Amino acid sequence: MSITDIQVTDELVHGDDHHEEHHEQSFIFKYIFSTDHKTIAKQFLITGIFWAILGGGLSVIFRLQLGFPDMDMGFLQPFLGDWISNSGKLDPEFYLAMITMHGTIMVFFVLTAGLSGTFSNYLIPLQLGARDMASGFMNLLSYWFFFLSSVIMFISMFLSTGPASGGWTIYPPLSALPQAMSGSGMGMTLWLVSMVFFIASTLLGGINYITTVINLRTEGMTFRRMPLTIWAFFITAVLGLLSFPVLVACVLLLVFDRSFGTSFYLSEIFIGGEALPNLGGSPILFQHLFWFLGHPEVYIVILPALGITSEVISTNSRKPIFGYTAMIGSILAIAFLSFIVWAHHMFITGMNPFLGSIFMFLTLIIAIPSAVKAFNYITTLWKGNLVFTPAMLFSIGLVSFFISGGLTGLFLGNAAIDINLHDTYFVVAHFHLVMGSAAFFGLLAGVYHWFPKMFGRMMDEKLGYIHFWLTFVGVYLVFFPLHYIGIAGFPRRYYSFTNFDAFSSFVDLNSFVTVAAIITFGAQFIFLFNFFYNIFKGKKAPLNPWNSNTLEWTTPRIPEHGNWPGEIPKVYRWPYDYSKPGAKDDFIPQTVPYHQTKESNTDFENEESKKEQPAT
Amino acid sequence: MENTAVIFANRNFKLKSVNAKKFALWLFIVSICMLFAGLTSAYIVKKSDGRWLEFDMPDMFLYSTLVLVLSSVAMHWTYLKAKDNSLKAVKIGITATAAIAIAFFYMQYLSWVKLVAQDVFLVGNPSGSFVYIFSGLHLAHLIGGLVFLLVVFLDTMNYKVHSKSMLAIEMCTTYWHFLGGLWIYLYLFLVMNN
Repeated sequence: MSITDIQVTDELVHGDDHHEEHHEQSFIFKYIFSTDHKTIAKQFLITGIFWAILGGGLSVIFRLQLGFPDMDMGFLQPFLGDWISNSGKLDPEFYLAMITMHGTIMVFFVLTAGLSGTFSNYLIPLQLGARDMASGFMNLLSYWFFFLSSVIMFISMFLSTGPASGGWTIYPPLSALPQAMSGSGMGMTLWLVSMVFFIASTLLGGINYITTVINLRTEGMTFRRMPLTIWAFFITAVLGLLSFPVLVACVLLLVFDRSFGTSFYLSEIFIGGEALPNLGGSPILFQHLFWFLGHPEVYIVILPALGITSEVISTNSRKPIFGYTAMIGSILAIAFLSFIVWAHHMFITGMNPFLGSIFMFLTLIIAIPSAVKAFNYITTLWKGNLVFTPAMLFSIGLVSFFISGGLTGLFLGNAAIDINLHDTYFVVAHFHLVMGSAAFFGLLAGVYHWFPKMFGRMMDEKLGYIHFWLTFVGVYLVFFPLHYIGIAGFPRRYYSFTNFDAFSSFVDLNSFVTVAAIITFGAQFIFLFNFFYNIFKGKKAPLNPWNSNTLEWTTPRIPEHGNWPGEIPKVYRWPYDYSKPGAKDDFIPQTVPYHQTKESNTDFENEESKKEQPAT
Repeated sequence: MENTAVIFANRNFKLKSVNAKKFALWLFIVSICMLFAGLTSAYIVKKSDGRWLEFDMPDMFLYSTLVLVLSSVAMHWTYLKAKDNSLKAVKIGITATAAIAIAFFYMQYLSWVKLVAQDVFLVGNPSGSFVYIFSGLHLAHLIGGLVFLLVVFLDTMNYKVHSKSMLAIEMCTTYWHFLGGLWIYLYLFLVMNN
């Protein structure tokens, strides 16, 4: 009797046995409405790539406007239609729409959904030894909510009044009043609807990631044996769970202000000499709510990239990651601090200078865990047997951007300097390096590293090197000069600066940045070719191409639904046993028990090996 | 004998983890908490700005709060009955919980009518708008709770709810108590700040 009872609970708790019976699925359920985490991950990746091309393409167009203000853009008329005037000039309102869409697309659709959505989905079950996510159905919903939100945002770009144009931060009253600018009409409404679905998608995904990490680790996979990728995805999901609901609150009040006439964010506004009825609201309230999400969002973007980098750098340095515990500690510290620094985006809102100095202090503390991470990457590389795969190069590139972009964060975190530099190109340079390019490099490193597992084929290394060098040098050529333009005082989001004499000496520099941006954007097509061509035609991948320790490389070349054909492997050690003294290979996978590696065990591990039961 | 050992070995390992679905529900509850934490802090920030309309909360909100507590009692009674395998009582209990909840909906509506009679409108000073938003958003979550009740009711009809299969009704009870607690928090928050 008691045995039957236990079996019942067993099935309820884990329920992984029924996955093993493989049944043929129709095309629709296998590739479109799939509940398999690997398929969903690929769906996120392909959708993310689509958005990245679009977001990058928009930036090239507005860079043309900034770099060559006198240019005849008539050749863009087939794509942009009436947004290009008959004299070949870009419509100023559409310029604002493009920077808004560029920001929204890159922050949310590419670096949140495209990065977390792809790699959390793909790696969490594979690296933890689970058959699938905790709830495949929620995972399916997560992708399709994202898809719906993508469709709505895409449609908004074809409105005759243009998409949302008030900047990706959608500050009211600009975004709250349809009279304020044409983009604040229907475009803004669709932006808000799209974001509601996006948040639903992120929350569904995040709840799933957290539950899977807590509940579905294979036997022996303690928290202290989890790869740093999983730690990063886990904490990222917690950040999203805590911060996105606040964005819902923020957006909900904005929706009420826009559509029902409430006055949460609006007060004493005159349009065309006539007073609006709204009284008693405060636009600063919006900023508080927005940045309470907005700042953790920055870490939602960068933490997964840092996790991927930890894994790639350790594997390709053939060395254990330096300071595993410190890495986890710094992730936790960054996550905690991210919730108490939001007002550093608001130093110029007239806040009490004393309050400002508290937020400044808290902001500067973030430098400590960030520096811990940077030092640990460098010390992992130090004297390693470096293997320069494309993934490794992109990871090192990430570390470079993280440092050079992070340094300017120290300046901007100071209220006194920030008041001067706020909303200039200095800020643009800072966050494009530390968050944009760094996270993008993490994404690329992840694709190069796990492509063999995703598609069972190899990407071309030479094309990968060309892609890396063009992109790496290109990113610096684009964003480094922007620091100077920013220090000179040029504000971001301006359509044109040729009207101001003070900036006439920067015309050449701006043209240079634009050319660099076009080359960098063009280099991404090398990647696209490499990616799509090799899905079908690439060399078949070996089972463990990078000699890596983690569990995903113990699956078949193309894992079926359920990931492992037989039993789920057990885990006996941490994932970073590279070049262990005495060991016969320079890597020992997590599935190898201590009692099989007597020659390389420490005393403590020999003790542990006595507790291990021989594998049955 | 050997089989038993294997099962026990598995069991020992798996006992360490919480049920995945239950855990997901708790995470969902955390996200709702953050939503209302965001809104109530917005309320405090806005209030400290000044230009704040002071008014008395209608008594109807107090009565509706008591009714919602009553529905939580009914829910818990249902849960205990499911543990005892008295399915008939479970069906009655779920129906009663839902009926009381619908009464709560109506009483919230009456409270809004009272607010309008006091010249406190959704459109106007944010101090009034917040009351409508808080209570309205809470009702929206309560609709989710009602759907959950319906699902558990259908499960009970199919004999899927009993002492050996308590997951659904346990989760439903957790969510229901949470919604009750959430409203009590919102009510006390509004009363103390007005």
